[in-house]
Amino acid sequence: MLDYAWLMLLFPALGTLIISLFGTRLGKRAVSILAPAMVFLSFVVAVAAFVSLLGLPVDERSREVTLWRWMVVGNFSVDAALLLDQLSITMALAVTCVGFLIHVYSAGYMHDDERVPRYFAFLNLFILAMLTLVLANNYLLLFVGWEGVGLVSYLLIGFWFEKPAAADAGKKAFIVNRVGDFGLLLAIMFIWTGIGSLRFADVFALAPQVWPAGSAVVGAVTLLMLLASTGKSAQIPLYVWLPDAMEGPTPVSALIHAATMVTAGVYMIARSAVLFDLAPASGNWVAWVGVLTAFFAGTIALTQTDLKRILAYSTVSQLGFMFIAVGVGAYAAGIFHLVTHAFFKALLFLSAGSVMHALNGELDIRKMGNLRVKLPTTYWTFLVGAAALAGIPLFSGFFSKDAILFAAFEKQLPVWIIGVITAFITALYSFRMVFVTFWGQERDRRLFNHAHESPRVVTIPLIILAVGAVLTGYIGLPAISAIDGWLAPAFHPAGAAAETHSVALELILLVVSGLIALAGVFAAYQAYMVDPDLPKRVRASLGRVGRLVENKYYIDEIYDMFVVNPLRDLGGWLGGVFDRRGIDGAVNGLAGVTGWLGAQARRLQTGMVGLYALAMLFGAVALLAWLATR
Amino acid sequence: MTLPTLNFLAILPLLILVAATLLVLLADLVVRNKRVLTFLGLLAVAASLAAVLLVRPAAPTFQGMTLADELGLFASVAILVATGLALLLALERTSDFTRRPGAYVALLLLATAGMIVMAKASDFITIFLGLEILSLSLYILVGFAQRDARSNEAALKYFLLGAFASGFFLYGMALIYAATGSTNLAEISKGIASHSASLPFAPLLPIGVGLLLVGYGFKLALVPFHMWTPDVYQGAPTSVTAFMSVATKTAAFASLIRVLAAVWSGDRPWLLALAGLAVVTMTLGNLAALRQTSLKRMLAYSSIAHAGYVLTGLAAGNDRGFEGALYYLIAYTFMNLGAFATIQAVQRRDQNDVTTEQITGLSTQRPGLALLMTVFMFALTGMPPLVGFFGKLYVFSGAVQGGMTWLAIVGVINSAIAAYYYLRVTVLMYMGGATAAAGDIPRTGWAVWTTLVITAVATLALGLWQQPWMESIREAVTLLALR
Repeated sequence: MLDYAWLMLLFPALGTLIISLFGTRLGKRAVSILAPAMVFLSFVVAVAAFVSLLGLPVDERSREVTLWRWMVVGNFSVDAALLLDQLSITMALAVTCVGFLIHVYSAGYMHDDERVPRYFAFLNLFILAMLTLVLANNYLLLFVGWEGVGLVSYLLIGFWFEKPAAADAGKKAFIVNRVGDFGLLLAIMFIWTGIGSLRFADVFALAPQVWPAGSAVVGAVTLLMLLASTGKSAQIPLYVWLPDAMEGPTPVSALIHAATMVTAGVYMIARSAVLFDLAPASGNWVAWVGVLTAFFAGTIALTQTDLKRILAYSTVSQLGFMFIAVGVGAYAAGIFHLVTHAFFKALLFLSAGSVMHALNGELDIRKMGNLRVKLPTTYWTFLVGAAALAGIPLFSGFFSKDAILFAAFEKQLPVWIIGVITAFITALYSFRMVFVTFWGQERDRRLFNHAHESPRVVTIPLIILAVGAVLTGYIGLPAISAIDGWLAPAFHPAGAAAETHSVALELILLVVSGLIALAGVFAAYQAYMVDPDLPKRVRASLGRVGRLVENKYYIDEIYDMFVVNPLRDLGGWLGGVFDRRGIDGAVNGLAGVTGWLGAQARRLQTGMVGLYALAMLFGAVALLAWLATR
Repeated sequence: MTLPTLNFLAILPLLILVAATLLVLLADLVVRNKRVLTFLGLLAVAASLAAVLLVRPAAPTFQGMTLADELGLFASVAILVATGLALLLALERTSDFTRRPGAYVALLLLATAGMIVMAKASDFITIFLGLEILSLSLYILVGFAQRDARSNEAALKYFLLGAFASGFFLYGMALIYAATGSTNLAEISKGIASHSASLPFAPLLPIGVGLLLVGYGFKLALVPFHMWTPDVYQGAPTSVTAFMSVATKTAAFASLIRVLAAVWSGDRPWLLALAGLAVVTMTLGNLAALRQTSLKRMLAYSSIAHAGYVLTGLAAGNDRGFEGALYYLIAYTFMNLGAFATIQAVQRRDQNDVTTEQITGLSTQRPGLALLMTVFMFALTGMPPLVGFFGKLYVFSGAVQGGMTWLAIVGVINSAIAAYYYLRVTVLMYMGGATAAAGDIPRTGWAVWTTLVITAVATLALGLWQQPWMESIREAVTLLALR
């Protein structure tokens, strides 16, 4: 079965091709069936590959499937080849499963849009690019997928390009990501010049011999990868594009900007575990970037009033948790949180989409309230998602977040402390959303009266995702930790001995995390249900700090002042003065001179053919003169 | 006296083509439905292609006059594919410009035969034979739109200058014969290798090669032997332009590669001469293309530039450069043929050209054609992962390996210049507002769609999937045994 894994890529590729060529002719209905079907087939292949991988002994669970030799230039050669191991299959399962559900949801959600075929063509293309990214067996093919998902992200953020905000958000995402992509390209070049191969297996086998632990080159490579990841996975300092990306359709926010694409950075760091193990300092950087992002984004999420933006900042914050994990070397925990997060965050976004659908596009939580009466299914699914996000015991997020915090506790105590505080904040804002949106009194009667539950094509994926958001947690139960044992060989091909943890300590921390989460929920209940004035008083007592947080630490303004505006001015000068006077002047001048020469030549010659022959003669004389005198 | 052994199997593809030419001419007299003739031509091309691929005789044959080696096979396939696609293109539109489609098909087949002779020839006599067969056929084909003054003018120009160039070619052959005592490439190569100093007229060799280069330069449209190109490409019926712009280049470059490999003595000045030609060819071609308003003229200049890129691979003087050049030829065959095919699909029935104004807003009128044109323009620009990118990558890396980094840099700068006029086409089609009147663009028939889809798919697929091609190319170059 593993040899047929390329089918996973084939189906979405076919879907993209068929829909982009014949989409409008096929019509909305056919397209809305075709696109999800293609992703479902990929999912089936992924499951089959997973099962056959399970059937193999542990040390054979890494298989490369070479499709063809892609290019050869001298001793540089790259194959179009897939790497099937525990890590890539886990990612592929998450991508295709969540992807399929979101495709189905989209069929209902995008039903009234004019450009349904275009939308599904992009969505299928995204699945193709994302699978290329996670299944690649070398850095160059990974880069192809990396750029591919970036492109689709840009196209889908700006899907409603008539809205200036959407078009701008698309551009912002693309440009900010460019910075990160540049880092990845440089990292790849370093790897190539240092090791002479881009194949993962070669790189990870040779790197410890070529680069001593802690050497400058491996430090540079890993830091460049970190830069790339901060772009794609929206971490400090490049996270600014993700909140704006919410201008795209909600299912896109769920699929690309929450569940899958933004986790690419985490995946790449986990994939390059061998390199990061060689550069402990870079690992520290990763962990600190992660924890600071988690904390800051969490505080911003507390102050936002737009449902999707809260979720966006929460995504940034949760990605920060994953960075903590891969930064302290707990790669399996990071991937575990990635998978649980994919389910519960997709669930939250899609539920938010259902709310938005019911309220005619309204996203301001201050206008909502008591919606559990009108939207029972959406309420329950949102509640499950929020519980998982908050880390309420027995929901998936609880186990995965705890695994990360436990690893941080062992390696980096300060990181753990900030992490625990952030976990409290997470629970607080999660249930702020629940209470303000679904409980209490309705605040806008007109909106409330018009609210209605979404059709089944929307709610069924919600229910399935809700089940997933609970169950995925149990693949990583502490002490048993199926996912840890499953993934470990992918990170340490050499077979490093597994570290032994103190089970008692782990259980104590588990209880602490659970209590923290419940405390957050309780605080949210106090603040938003019992004593609605409390947030205002807190806000007043915070003064300037509060305003700082409310305005998202003025990060966008700082970028505008120090990066965007100077660059725009430079661009304006280049485009206006330099281009017109300098380059156009030179080109026009050249063209003028050429034209003048042509005119002169034409006047000299009576017949064109004669001129042509003369030119040939001149050429021949020049050529012969050169060859004869050598 | 013993009769020479004649291995007719070796020239089976040619025999098929020539026989089909005669058959088409005869059938023209009796068949009422002229489309049948085109199908006959297609059948002949398919049969010839099968013969090329299936019958692999031992080389050389006919007393060393022709070689059926890997290079010949590779070039023959490229040429035959181009012929097949050109026939498909002509199927629906020949009646726009002529009442004698039979002669048209026959000449196309004959030209193909000439090209294959040239690509496989291993003796100057046969090279010249092939050159003349293909040239004479093309002179007539260029002027086939008898009612179009521009077509007539183009044919006359092409003929006059072609005759001039043939003179150089023949004189070059004669001098090389004088210097080495043979017209056979293998003999010449042996002679140069064993006793180059003792040859009495050795100094004549570089002069001969130089004159030969002029002849090749004409056929390949290298600057400054290129001046006919824009007029001829614009004046000739579009399907002829599509055919000759790619197939002639393949034949002439294959032959030039063979000749260079034979007379090549490791002299750097020769390579520098090629490099110089490449630089002026690329640069002038691209600069002149910048401001064209006729798409056919623009692509004519662009084809000059592309000849310069291929020449970069030859100037590298190493295996990698030669491999790159061959890959480039196959890439160019598909992307350029596709571009001309799109032009033919867009052009009005009473016209033989398309202006930039006519394609403005094409995406709203004919989204399919606009999309395909975009693919070809991107490929010609050299965007990954389309074939054009890899073609450039390989020839430029050959140049770098051959110690001519500067030449690669000039090539890359040229690619950037070229991006302007290729992408301008895309910009006009998608963002230029809607000025193209839908009624003016004739319905696109299945044959043209087939051509377009084949070329577009090949433009993408040959970039992603290169293994078998590159292996064939590598073998072809290894067999040349470059010193």
